[in-house]
Formats: sequence, structure tokens, C-alpha cells
Amino acid sequence: MSVAPLVPGFSDPILGSQAIFRSMLDAMAHPGTIETIDDTICGAPREIPHAGAACLLTLVDYDTPVWLASDYISIRSWLAFHTGAPEAESIDHTRFALISGQSSSPTVIDFPKGDDRYPDLSATLIVVCTSLQGGRPIRLTGPGIESEKIISPQGLHDSFWSYVRENNSQFPLGSDIILVAGHELLALPRSITCEEIG
Amino acid sequence: MYVAVKGGEAAILATHDLIAEERRGDTSVPEVTTAQISEQMKLATARVMNEGSLYDPRLAALALKQAQGDSIEAAFLVRAYRTTLPRFGSTLPLDTSEMAIRRRISATYKDLPGGQVLGPTYDYTHRLFDFALMAEGETAPAAPIASDPLESHMPRVPDILGDEGLMEAEVPPEGDPAPFDLTRDPIQFPADRDTRLQTLSRGDEGFLLGLAYSVQRGFGGNHPFAGEIRMGEVPVRFKPEELGFEIELGDITLTECQMVNQFQGSKDKPPQFTRGYGLVFGHAERKSMSMAILDRSLKNREFGESVDYPAQDEEFVLYHSDNVEAAGFVEHLKLPHYVDFQGELELIRKIRKEFDERQNELKAEKIGDAA
Amino acid sequence: MITSADATIASSHHEKPAEHLDERKWWMGVLSRAATHDLYALNSFIPPKDSYRLIKKPEIGTVMVEARAGGAGRRFNFGEATVTRCVVQLMSGELGFSYALGRDKGKSEQAAVIDAVLQSGDAYVKNTIFSILKTIEKKHLAAKNLQSRKAAATKVNFFTLVRGDG
Repeated sequence: MSVAPLVPGFSDPILGSQAIFRSMLDAMAHPGTIETIDDTICGAPREIPHAGAACLLTLVDYDTPVWLASDYISIRSWLAFHTGAPEAESIDHTRFALISGQSSSPTVIDFPKGDDRYPDLSATLIVVCTSLQGGRPIRLTGPGIESEKIISPQGLHDSFWSYVRENNSQFPLGSDIILVAGHELLALPRSITCEEIG
Repeated sequence: MYVAVKGGEAAILATHDLIAEERRGDTSVPEVTTAQISEQMKLATARVMNEGSLYDPRLAALALKQAQGDSIEAAFLVRAYRTTLPRFGSTLPLDTSEMAIRRRISATYKDLPGGQVLGPTYDYTHRLFDFALMAEGETAPAAPIASDPLESHMPRVPDILGDEGLMEAEVPPEGDPAPFDLTRDPIQFPADRDTRLQTLSRGDEGFLLGLAYSVQRGFGGNHPFAGEIRMGEVPVRFKPEELGFEIELGDITLTECQMVNQFQGSKDKPPQFTRGYGLVFGHAERKSMSMAILDRSLKNREFGESVDYPAQDEEFVLYHSDNVEAAGFVEHLKLPHYVDFQGELELIRKIRKEFDERQNELKAEKIGDAA
Repeated sequence: MITSADATIASSHHEKPAEHLDERKWWMGVLSRAATHDLYALNSFIPPKDSYRLIKKPEIGTVMVEARAGGAGRRFNFGEATVTRCVVQLMSGELGFSYALGRDKGKSEQAAVIDAVLQSGDAYVKNTIFSILKTIEKKHLAAKNLQSRKAAATKVNFFTLVRGDG
């Protein structure tokens, strides 16, 4: 009985998850800064960017329901195998989600925002872009940014940034967003302000 | 408010070495091994497993060795270690009717099916010191062996009463819901039965024992009977997500207690015996019995009984039963509270001054009046 | 006379999936309960380390043990237990799993490899390993039986005193 070879997870679960967690922490603390993921740190199904796989392997586990957009449903068994993460019953019950930047439904405002007592119960969103550079410039300001930070991700639908503004207007509630493309990630915590330039 | 205190690093490092020396004691005496503790102090390791809330006898033995036998310190070690381990999932619910029984007694029925199996117990010892145990080279005692094993059919005592319709039923709620997990979410009140049982199973034995005693002495409305106490091994089953079918992980030793309590009855419900349930890791009867008594006591809301005493107050019982939490708060008093205390000192001095001034005024008035 | 080649063909064509699953559950249960030294007898069936991949290196974690109130009622979270798990993949592609109580990483890897080897379909290998596993199981059951007989020796035989007639 032969079985297709599995896409691996972390090559070293402890050191790998610590390294990726550190990268995400730095990305959140310095919003808009691009962090690069080492290729050897983990495997990744071909349907999703390497950085997206790394974030999922690090963040999710048996306790955290994950919602996968239809484009990425195929990675479900890889994710379940390596993390034990359950599939979210619905968008309202999810803690982490993987969606395409091009998707306008669902988009960043459709996920759990947390509540006044537990704002941390919001969903963290991993948004797949085609690239983190070369797109329309966006100005970020706010905590963690000295004056301003310009980012230019590509592969986001036209209303993405107005939805992000709507999300962030609910601070301290709202989702935190991680943009991923290839081996790169950058973070947009709910605390920042974003503005399309030009 | 805690004050950052500098200059303690060298002193603190020195304590690590000193406590290690203290723990080892006289080096001419052989070092105790964890195997010795897990084999020869099973009742101590059971307590550490329960209060640490982690089944692993060798780990509990290590905790006791490292903590010089302090079971709360040992439970703390176990709890801390637990936080470093990934959770793979939840098992299927245990079925204690599958238990490979080593002890099984009932105080409510003399000739119950399966019989009274006394098992390994101190209950019938005379509580006289066996000074022979102080000598070395003890010959291994040989327990008598019967020709046949125990019957495989050992029904639960409450089920016997249940057949007559006289026992409060224990049935899963509609849909057999997944239970609350206090290792993940904070307890909210009013607490449901699953929360109460999870809290009690990891509660301090001494605290639960005292509360159970209070119930029996009248600080509570229940008069319990020990319907059944059983101890032995039960298989643990788990279904890994990636396998898609259930497998057996091995067996764990458990002690289970079913307490049977006096009638209840309302205009809608017929009088029945009501139940209390205790379940603990390892062999730990006193704890299982105390837990069962309190389980019943905390059902007062469901039965419409009044809450008059501590053992009936679920906030009182559940909040204060965790000895690691309790020890944390009591022992945090050892942390520097210098600034708080300075504040208190200033306040006392000020009020004292005012008091003395007032006293002097009063004295002066008295003298004035007298004049 | 059935040769091992015939047996291989027979087993792959006539084995029903449900039986196959029950068999697998059985051997995984024996392996999870086996002591490390019990598995030494299976050493010759374990291929060299470089011939299989560790998909999941032996990893210690926990399971939350659930129980039922009153033994049969509402589920509650009772407490956790340490568990070691391992997943391996043979060169031929079979995935072997081991999940067992305790913290024995060496045993975990061995058990996962045996699980994979037993799925590879070689009847001779399977039957030989099975006979070793049955020996291990017998040993375990004999120990259980002995414990039960020791408990039985403490069972109370109530006898009623009958008033004699004369």
C-alpha cells in the first residue's frame, strides 16, 4: 500500500516555530516592515506562499479553529496533520483565517472582532498577496512607526484598504492582518492608520 | 505595587546551590531514586498527579524528589512542565465499567454483584508503626493469590438502584456536548457540572477533605453513603485527526467514588436518591470521596436547595480549591512590598499623631472642667 | 502448500477493510502498552535509520482525558496525561504512527516503524511480527490476570451462621 509523500512541516518544530514567531512579533511591533522567511525552515503546500505556511504552522494548534478560503481548502489535511488545528464551524467561530487579497467576500471586516472584555478573541487574518512590493503605495502611521512607513503590496482588491480602515476604526476591537507573498510577510495590526497615496 | 529590587542576583544564585545541597542531605546516605518514589510512594505520586493535573507517575516522582516531598511544590513543577507540552487533543470519554478492578467496595450493599473486594488498603491495618521497615534488606512480602481472577461483570452500584427508578439518573445532555475546559477559559459563575468536576478533580485534598467533613458535620444538607468505591486500571482511547480512527494509548490507574445521598423530592419530581461523583488519578480514595461529597453539595442550585454554608457556595469552593493558585497568592506576600508598607507606616504615624493630639485635648478639657 | 508468495496475493485480495482496521487497532494497542525492552525482540524487523523518514520526530505532548459524570453522564475534562507520538514514512511510502501514554521517545519511534512495516503487505514479516506481538500481549494479560487473582484473594466471603438443630 503506497501513499503519496507528505509535504513536511517544520524541519525543527521547536527552533522553527520560535524563529517564525520572532519574525511575526517583529513584524507586528514594526508595522509594515517586511520579514523574510528562510526556505529551509519548513515545507509548504504549493497552493499557498511559503510565508503563509510558516505563519500557520507557528500560530495554530488543536485549540484554534482555522477558516480556509475556498482557494486554499486543499491544504486542510496538511494543516490538520502538522498542527491538529480544527476546521472552523463558520466564520464566526474562527481564530485564524487564510484568505486571498483579491477576495472581497469574505474580506477583513467579516471576521470576529473580539469583544470589550476580550479584544484578543478576534480573528487573525493571513492575507495572500501576489507580491509585497511594486504595487500602489500605502502610507502607514501609528504605534511602532516613527513617522510613516510606505508599503506597496500587490494582488489586493480595490476596496481592501477602505475595509482595513473600517476594521481599524473599531480599535481596540478588530482583526490583525498579516500580508504574505512568497517568502515575505508584513503585519498590519489594528492599531495603525493606512492611507492610499496618489 | 512591587518594587524592583537590585543587588540580589548573587544571593539568588547562591540559593540554587544551597537548596540543591539541602535536598541531597547527608551524602553518606544513598540518594533516593525516582524509581523508588514511583514504586514505593504511589500514594504520594497520585496526589501530585491529581493536583498537578497531569497523569505521569515517573514525572510526579521526579517532582517529589526535586521538591523534597513538598507535594504542593511538586504539583507546581508538574503544572509548569505541562505548559511546555503541546496538546494533541482530547481522549474519548473514559469508561470506568471497563476497569481492571483491584479494589471495589460498597457501604450500601453487602452482597453486591462482583462482591466486596478489599484490595490493597490501609483501612484494616492497626496503625501501629512497623519498626522493621526502618531496617534495610526487607524481604518482598508475598500476597496470597486466588485460583481465579475476579468476575468481569462488576456493575456500578448506582445502576443497581437506577433499575428500580430510585436513583437520580446520570445522562449526557442533548447532543453529548464537549465539556468546558478551565485550562483554556476562565471559570464563570454560575458554574456548570463539567466545570465543577474539573475544578474538584485538581483541588487540594486537604481543602476538599475539610469541606467534606463540614458537610457531614451539619454545615450542609447531605447525609452521604459510599455507594461504591473502585480502583484499578482503565484503557485510554484517542482518535488522532490524521489517522481517522481511535486507538488505545495505554491504561491509567483511577479511583472512582459514587456517593449516594438522601432523598430529594419536589412537587414535580418523585423522591430519589441523589448522587455525588469523585474521580481521581491513581489510588486516592480520601480525595475521591471528598470530591463526591462536594459534587453533591454543589448541586444545590439544580435541586433548589438553599446555600447556607461554605461547602454549598460554589464560588467559595471552586475559587479556593486550587492549591497552586492559593499558594501563589499566599506566598506572594514574600515579595517586596516595601513601598506599600512605607505608605501604611506613614498613614499610621499620621493617624497616631492625630489620636495623641485629641487625647491631649480631652485631658486638657477635663483639667479645665475640674478647675 | 501455501507459499509466502501465495499468502501475499491472498492477503491483498481477500482482506476486507474493516478486518484490516481492527487488526491495525489491535497491534497499535499492543505496541502502545509494550515496555521498551519488550520491543527488542522486534529489532530485526526495524530497517536502518537512514531508510525511513521521520515525518514527525518523537514528540512529547499531552491529551486531555475526558470522563463522564457519574461514570455515564455528562462529559467533563478530568485532567491531562503525557503522550509521546511519532510518524514515520518508509521508502516504500507507508506511513507508520505511534501514540502512547508516557514519555518514551525511543519506543515511540520503534513502534511507529513497526506500524509502517506491518502495512507493507509482506505476509511472512507480518506473521512473524504478529507472533512476537502476541507473546507481548500474553505477558501483559498474564500480569493483569495475576493482579486480579491477588485482588480476588481479598474478596470477602460472607457466610451466614446457621443455628444448628442440636
